[in-house]
Amino acid sequence: MSTVTLDNIVKRFGTFTAVHPTNLEIPEGTFLTLLGPSGCGKTTNLRMIAGLLDPTEGEIRIGGKSVNNVPIHKRNLGIVFQNYALFPHKSVADNVAFGLKYRDVPASEIPGRVQKALDLVQLPDVGGRYPKALSGGQQQRIALARAIVIEPDVLLLDEPLSALDANLREDMRVELKRIQDQIGVTTVFVTHDQSEALAMSDQIVVMSAGRVEQVGTPEEVYNRPASEFVANFLGASNIIEGKCTGKDAETAALDVPVFGHVPVPADKAPQVSEGAAKLVLRAEKLQLMPQGADTTGMVTSEAVVETVDYQGQTVRYFIRAGDRQFQAINMIDGHPFAEGTTVTAGFRPIDCAALPG
Amino acid sequence: MRWGWHLIRLWSLLVYGFMFLPVAVVVLLSFNASQFGSFPMTGFSFRWFVELWNNDAIMRAFRTSIVLGLMTALISTTLGVLASLALVRYKVPGANMISTLLIAPILVPEVVLAVALLLFLNFLGLHKSFALLLFGHVIFTLPFVILVVQARLVSIRRDVEEAAMSLGASPVQTFFQITLPLMMPAVLAGALFAFTISFDDITGTLFWKPGGVETVPTQIFAMLRNSISPEINALGTVMIVMTVGLPLIGAAIARQLARKSGT
Repeated sequence: MSTVTLDNIVKRFGTFTAVHPTNLEIPEGTFLTLLGPSGCGKTTNLRMIAGLLDPTEGEIRIGGKSVNNVPIHKRNLGIVFQNYALFPHKSVADNVAFGLKYRDVPASEIPGRVQKALDLVQLPDVGGRYPKALSGGQQQRIALARAIVIEPDVLLLDEPLSALDANLREDMRVELKRIQDQIGVTTVFVTHDQSEALAMSDQIVVMSAGRVEQVGTPEEVYNRPASEFVANFLGASNIIEGKCTGKDAETAALDVPVFGHVPVPADKAPQVSEGAAKLVLRAEKLQLMPQGADTTGMVTSEAVVETVDYQGQTVRYFIRAGDRQFQAINMIDGHPFAEGTTVTAGFRPIDCAALPG
Repeated sequence: MRWGWHLIRLWSLLVYGFMFLPVAVVVLLSFNASQFGSFPMTGFSFRWFVELWNNDAIMRAFRTSIVLGLMTALISTTLGVLASLALVRYKVPGANMISTLLIAPILVPEVVLAVALLLFLNFLGLHKSFALLLFGHVIFTLPFVILVVQARLVSIRRDVEEAAMSLGASPVQTFFQITLPLMMPAVLAGALFAFTISFDDITGTLFWKPGGVETVPTQIFAMLRNSISPEINALGTVMIVMTVGLPLIGAAIARQLARKSGT
């Protein structure tokens, strides 16, 4: 278990810059997620921490010591890959025992430690089988067991859930988090899936085009996006351009088209000052109601439902208010509104955030 | 329609017959008791195999061929594995060109290659020797090894090797623990190719062999110039068993290995 530090890391491939100067401190025992679309540099960062890529500039420290010149096999890391990367010609037990053979573990202790790791991933009886005899989810558990049995300083997870099907993915998500809690290892998790990131992380680093957009707890990045990119990447948001007419310790007063005056809490508009500003309105916070409903404490506008995207528990509406289109994701209460219905669309200002224009 | 299919079937049988009957005749006649290596058969006998065993010239040629084949297989396979690793796993400048150059000996007619190598050696002022013969065989068995091993290596995922290294295995340990066992079927297949091609070769061998050294094919060739002895039929049978049987056994072993490793 160790702190991981990225100190002004840059990675270029030829003339292409995959990672712009990045500073990151991953405290001991933290579950940190690198989140972003493909090509944003998250995997490049992970591979640099792993030692599979050399940074072009900057220094990587694990436990305070620079590892720039330490090859991967001396870094004491556990890595779980997207496609499991189990050794197909070795039994499950030999797979898990592999890393122990390169450490000063007495041969007599190896079977016990392998069994403990298999117990931890809840597959105690598969030691004698070969990887191909296991399902995808089981293979990924074995890959995890193989990575943690060596008691790594840092656990690196490279999209470990992407190859699994949807139901299994959610089970594994819970399982992975439980195991990480139990052994308390510093963990770097790479994913493009925002719900995985929100559910599992202590800290989320949202990346885009090789730059860090925001670092924060899941709640921070979700409720207080620091940029339009973050607001749109974590769930759907309506970004409404307007202006800030005044700001005090409590609220930032925004004026936006269609909805008019919106007093956004000041702590959710930290970068905003008087002048051009954008209102960030999450699609889940924009509520559609029958005309004439009680809208106390809400900012509202009349709107027409244009498209209905039924999703079972929830429904996603595209509505038109004034000359603009908005997106609303609502729980279904009774029946969803039909296309063409005129409704009242409203939201509470405290649910909004604001960005500078 | 049905007639058409019958005709096609018959035609295929004829083609196979044309291809394999001569071989069958050689095998059959090698067990003939008669003095003459032709029909009619006068009885069943292992006589010609015994004569073969007692013929020093043939046994010497046989030993030469085996040694030459084994050394060719060993050197070709080692070089082929190393070349494939370099071409597939590392960024080598001009990798495509090197790859083409290494494969080229298959495309160049063997006679041309044989003459070229001989002229080159003349130019260097070197004399024909067993080492040169071996060198020649390595040159034209190498492409087969590279083709087979490269194809396999491409299918071995890089992340399996990365996983091994992350667990503490050095690059060399990773190669012997992970990469080599996973490509073993291809390595064995490549070695078998090299052996059988070398064992079978006559064109290049005729050009490159130093005086007094004979391999099995050149020995047969020399014997045919004098007379058609039934010994040649026996030798032919032995050759068939070696060049057909060995690859079959090899393929079976490779399949077995591949099944065990689950790939």
